[in-house]
Amino acid sequence: MSMMWRSLMGACAATALVFPAVAETITIATVNNGDMIRMQKMTKSFTDANPDIQLEWVTLEENILRERVTTDIATSGGQYDVLTIGTYEVPIWAAQDWLVALDDLGDDYDVDDLLPPVRAALSVEDTLYAVPFYAESAMVMYRTDLAEAAGVTISENPTWTEIKAAAEAMTDKGSETYGICLRGKPGWGENMAFLTAMSNSYGARWFDPEWNPQFDSAEWNETLTDYLDLMTNYGPPGASSNGFNENLSLFQQGKCGIWIDATVAASFVTDPANSTVADKVGFAKFPNKDGVDNHGNWLWAWSLAIPSSSNSPDAAKKFVAWATSKAYTEEVAAAEGWRAAPPGTRTSLYENAEYQAEAPFAAMTLTAIEAANTQKSSVQDIPYTGGQFVAIPEFQGIGTAVGQQFSAALAGQMSATDALAAAQANTTREMTRAGYIK
Amino acid sequence: MATRQTQSLARLMRAPAIILLLIWMLVPLGMTLYYSFLNYNLLSPGTTSWAGWFNYQYFYTDPAFFQSIWNTLVLVLGVLLITVCGGIAIALLIDKPIFGQGIVRILVISPFFVMPPVAALIWKNMIMHPSYGVFADIAKFFGATPVDWFAQYPLLSIILIVAWQWLPFATLILLTALQSLDGEQVEAAEMDGASAFARFTHLTLPHMSRAITVVILIQTIFLLGVYAEILVTTNGGPGYASTNLTYLIYRAARLNFDIGGAAAGGIIAVILANIVAIFLMRAVGKNLD
Amino acid sequence: MARAVSRNTKIGYTIAAWFVALLIFFPILYTIITSLKTEQEAISGFNLIPSFTLQSYEDVQSQYNYIRPFMNSVIIAVGSTILALIVAIPAAWAMAFSPTKRTKDILMWMLSTKMMPAVAVLVPIYLIFLRTGLMDTRIGLTVMLMLINLPIVVWMLYTYFREIPGEILEAARMDGATLGQEIVYVLTPMAVPGIASTLLLNIILAWNESFWTIQLTTTNAAPLSAFIASFSSPQGLFWAKLSAASVMAIAPILIMGWFSQKQLVRGLTFGAVK
Repeated sequence: MSMMWRSLMGACAATALVFPAVAETITIATVNNGDMIRMQKMTKSFTDANPDIQLEWVTLEENILRERVTTDIATSGGQYDVLTIGTYEVPIWAAQDWLVALDDLGDDYDVDDLLPPVRAALSVEDTLYAVPFYAESAMVMYRTDLAEAAGVTISENPTWTEIKAAAEAMTDKGSETYGICLRGKPGWGENMAFLTAMSNSYGARWFDPEWNPQFDSAEWNETLTDYLDLMTNYGPPGASSNGFNENLSLFQQGKCGIWIDATVAASFVTDPANSTVADKVGFAKFPNKDGVDNHGNWLWAWSLAIPSSSNSPDAAKKFVAWATSKAYTEEVAAAEGWRAAPPGTRTSLYENAEYQAEAPFAAMTLTAIEAANTQKSSVQDIPYTGGQFVAIPEFQGIGTAVGQQFSAALAGQMSATDALAAAQANTTREMTRAGYIK
Repeated sequence: MATRQTQSLARLMRAPAIILLLIWMLVPLGMTLYYSFLNYNLLSPGTTSWAGWFNYQYFYTDPAFFQSIWNTLVLVLGVLLITVCGGIAIALLIDKPIFGQGIVRILVISPFFVMPPVAALIWKNMIMHPSYGVFADIAKFFGATPVDWFAQYPLLSIILIVAWQWLPFATLILLTALQSLDGEQVEAAEMDGASAFARFTHLTLPHMSRAITVVILIQTIFLLGVYAEILVTTNGGPGYASTNLTYLIYRAARLNFDIGGAAAGGIIAVILANIVAIFLMRAVGKNLD
Repeated sequence: MARAVSRNTKIGYTIAAWFVALLIFFPILYTIITSLKTEQEAISGFNLIPSFTLQSYEDVQSQYNYIRPFMNSVIIAVGSTILALIVAIPAAWAMAFSPTKRTKDILMWMLSTKMMPAVAVLVPIYLIFLRTGLMDTRIGLTVMLMLINLPIVVWMLYTYFREIPGEILEAARMDGATLGQEIVYVLTPMAVPGIASTLLLNIILAWNESFWTIQLTTTNAAPLSAFIASFSSPQGLFWAKLSAASVMAIAPILIMGWFSQKQLVRGLTFGAVK
């Protein structure tokens, strides 16, 4: 008995200690990637300027965070004051009135400095609902030394034909050099992010204006066939379990000739501390199919938003404004160098001469982000917004289910035709259920 | 000797546990049952409406439904097979006179203390990874092509991981049973010229039958609910190759935020699990007395 | 061992047993080794000799203060176990010593409550926790884990108590012992080992629970399962760091388990194996 009392009393006492009466505490939910972890270490200047605000961090793996935060916001739980969410959630959640509008962050915030495509992706009817912490598009990263040795060149605006030829020339399986590394791990934010962007650049679309799935179209067939062709002939073994992390690692170890993925990877592959190929990386735009004027329209921004259920929206606003300000970028640059500055959110960063000098990927990153049109991602007529995803609540489930089929095709367990047919059937079923298809 | 007084006292003593579990069962189960008849999606809160049997029908017609039940059975039976057979073999081996028996036992029991998500992460990244895993290194050493476990043998990979976690449990229980086996009886059989195999099947195995039943009962309860290992490694794929029933419900609830659908799946799972439970209890109930 | 075994046979068995034991332990061993490597070493092929750097542990600690989740895990695991024992001991006692016709059915029903998939009842539980202010409190989580493990605890105690011979009870009653004396002087000493094993097993189960502990906490009550969830799959492959975090999450319970494996064997088998 006494042991139980002691532990219960201990629990009560400890709970009381965590809530000091003086300061306002804001709870920040964030993902466990490098830039976010860095932010946690940089908060001293914020807490110095705002001694009455205490920060509590909840750092979780991306998918667990998404589940956790969604449950809380949908039940008006009020557990968090600041959420780290992406361009996928913002328009959906803002439409539900779950997010606080961020249109009054102060004059020195300089909201017009935000890159227009990023700002558009985080706004609903011209009102900003989240502020970008860092943003990314997708582009081609390739090994200049391998390309030279193989006698191929990759232009600044490559087509898929060009990519295929280069991948073929660079592949040397004997020395574990694979021409191309692409995402194969199933998930709406993994292989489907890449394949959706790729399909955009092939002129495909997810849905026609009546929300009928389009996996039975010639464009999707061509996308998947070419993807499987590239990966089975020139890709690394085990590609169907490779996501961003695995490919990053392969590329850093010099095992990939070409890697097409998020622009944020550029700063990792050119970082001499972690990459064996840091000074041999070239960049090019996301490829397109000959004659299709579309470079994938990939755009993702990890952003900070404030749920309407927050008890401290004003303190939270101060925090999100600080974390996405120009001053924060400068602090990071002063502490860890310009390469470490969170990329992709502000025009001013790309006009900074020091940043341009230290970050060889800056120009191509900016080009890629500026070219991304999330408001109309396909060359055909579409009823949805979003670039490498479809901004509807059902997409997480549908995208992942479709991703499973395509991953199975990559693993050699079914043909491209079967995978597309299964994707078509599955998506039709889900969309009918959700009431899109009448 | 039970008097009326002790009878009523016994009732009083039983009451808290029964009432607590009754509340714990009825409140969430009642709410789940209620939700299972609603069109209720967390992401579109405005559109909640009565659905009738639709969620059940929808869950039942899921293309992954039958495969997930099949996978659940394969997973449970596969792990049981490995852990019971492996457990018997290891228990027989450890029971022999060996140097450092205590340390050996500690090493064998250790996997049981590892949290399921951690176990899955260890196996996925450091053991089975097709490029950096230990299995791949071994394959490369022998000049073979590394196996991409989670793509080529997804369900088998998960069975291996789960079996690794439960093997210590089975081994320990079977070892304890083995140690209570009457040594003289074995010796007598040996004198009579019974072969090692005959001694095993006629003496050892019957002696361990009760322990084996216990292993099967306890493991089945936990194995029916395996999902963390699937979530961390294959996400139920490729295709539906490693989706079990719990994971299917998980998918509806956490990926689609379809509360109605997940609730219906939950009710179906509870019914199926109880059918399994009744079978098991019939079989085990006798042995436990 | 009664039978004499030749030294060579013993050596043969020893080699085989150690081989199997090391094989089973290998994933854990390799995790410990990897946690002492640099990140570069961790992904550059099979290597059993790390450079013995503690860098990963420092990184993990600087990113996530280990003490709070560790304390939460201890409080929640121990607290929920003791709560469960308080409720379960009388119930198991009554079922073992004054069984009725329905005792077996009740026990069966109790176990069947464990079959409900947690994820299907998440939303109702989440709402209840919000409305009652239990969200992100250790008390809430303690009660939750108590309820989850209560059936197992009742079952284990029931089978232990049934092992206590009825004759002793009857002898005590003949001597005119009251029910109170019966419990304090006769039964308690005999029941203690069973209760101890139950306690131990339940602490392990509560420690390793990683669905509710993540879903129903944010910061104040988050235990080690949440700690590990903040290191799995970040941007890039940080296997040394992940290994260090894994070791930190499992070490306390592993060490405790090593010290108490005898009781554990009894506990885990519901007393069915003597």
